[in-house]
Amino acid sequence: MLAFNRPLMIIALAGALAACSDSNDNDDDVTPTPEPVSYSFTLQVSNLTAGQPFSPIAVIAHTEGTLWKVGDPATTALERMAEGGDNSVLLQFGSAIANVSSEAPVAPGAETTLTITTDSIEELKLSLSTMMVNTNDGFTGLNAMDVSSLAVDQTLTHFTFAYDAGTESNSEASGTIPGPADSGEGFNEIRDDVNVIAMHPGVVGQQDGLTSSVLSSEHKFDNPLAKVVITRTQ
Amino acid sequence: MKASTFTVAVITALASQSLSAAELDLKLTNLTQGLHFTPILITAHASDDTLFEVAMPATTALQTMAEGGNLAPLIDQANAAGSDVIANPAEGLLAPSTSTMTTLTTAEANEYLSITAMLLPTNDGFVGLNSWKIPKEAGTYSVYLNAYDAGTEGNNELVVEGSGAPGTPGIPAAPGGNAGSGGTGLSSSDSNTMIHIHPGNLGDDDLAAGSSDLSNTVHRWLNPVAKLTVTVK
Repeated sequence: MLAFNRPLMIIALAGALAACSDSNDNDDDVTPTPEPVSYSFTLQVSNLTAGQPFSPIAVIAHTEGTLWKVGDPATTALERMAEGGDNSVLLQFGSAIANVSSEAPVAPGAETTLTITTDSIEELKLSLSTMMVNTNDGFTGLNAMDVSSLAVDQTLTHFTFAYDAGTESNSEASGTIPGPADSGEGFNEIRDDVNVIAMHPGVVGQQDGLTSSVLSSEHKFDNPLAKVVITRTQ
Repeated sequence: MKASTFTVAVITALASQSLSAAELDLKLTNLTQGLHFTPILITAHASDDTLFEVAMPATTALQTMAEGGNLAPLIDQANAAGSDVIANPAEGLLAPSTSTMTTLTTAEANEYLSITAMLLPTNDGFVGLNSWKIPKEAGTYSVYLNAYDAGTEGNNELVVEGSGAPGTPGIPAAPGGNAGSGGTGLSSSDSNTMIHIHPGNLGDDDLAAGSSDLSNTVHRWLNPVAKLTVTVK
């Protein structure tokens, strides 16, 4: 509650000071510039998988809605990210007030830190999404984590689960997986799977009896997929 | 006179508070159907004195535990750090779907709880808890633990006697007595050399040949692999 009121108070105070100087012709008066209020968060993301690089990680600050919902069909923006690792449309999420993407994919065992800054913290949510690129349409992330009551220097640690976008069948076939295991196709607008989002059943791989698979045992994964430490820094 | 008595009383109260220790009842359950835990290590420690960190390389002490179940180097490290240590509460292996119980009294500075034990049969898999903040409030708490891969040995899934020493490839033992032999070996190197979530055993359906000495219907698992119940008194 205190956090909600603070920006309003500062704006009100700045307004009062500005009004004050307007009513006074004294040249010595310096019109105070309203102090810009901004809120910054870092997200340290660790890839905990054995052999699934993460596509560039999308982080979106918003106040309502979710990037996906289990049981619902994927948006085309999510499908584009989950099938091909392209987060450019997802970053433009409807209620987004800020967004950021990591510049590069994040290798298994690697970490990256993203920073996102907003000018409001009221009702603020952070969402994060990335594709496991050695899958057909597998992704992981965080959906609308409330950070509106996070104090400066306070942290939240989350472990993420694997989801299946349900937009492309998990054939694991040559030419269908965009990651280094195959260098195949990414996004394709045809939906030839269940067309609802669910938890990911995992990959099978050639050694496990899916003879047409381009994947091997090192591409297998189990939950959780990523560790995300959110810190409010400002 | 009154004032100084009061001061002494306050100082005594503060001192006894700072020395007060947490008393914990701990119960660890092996939730798996087909994996044994090697001797378990439980430490209460300060924030920096962790046993392992995900997405970081394993220490030699952790590698020694994860590849062969030998706790000695981790115990030395924990003792040197001033951690409160409980080693081997189950007095040997903790069989699938069984529990062990112990009690732990922690020093005031040791606010975090960590646990490790090797998973058998795996090459370098371990069950782990890293730096769980011990609650100040009395009560019973449940925590679920995941299986990690130390990233120090390729998961060839071959049972090789004497392979528990760090750097010797192979699974040192399959205590359930249900593994095979004569496999040709799965991937020989671990491309992710950081501590990560274990991708799971693969196994195969031929215990006398095939690529793995493990069984694909017995030796697999999904997270979580253990449940810790903590009672703070």
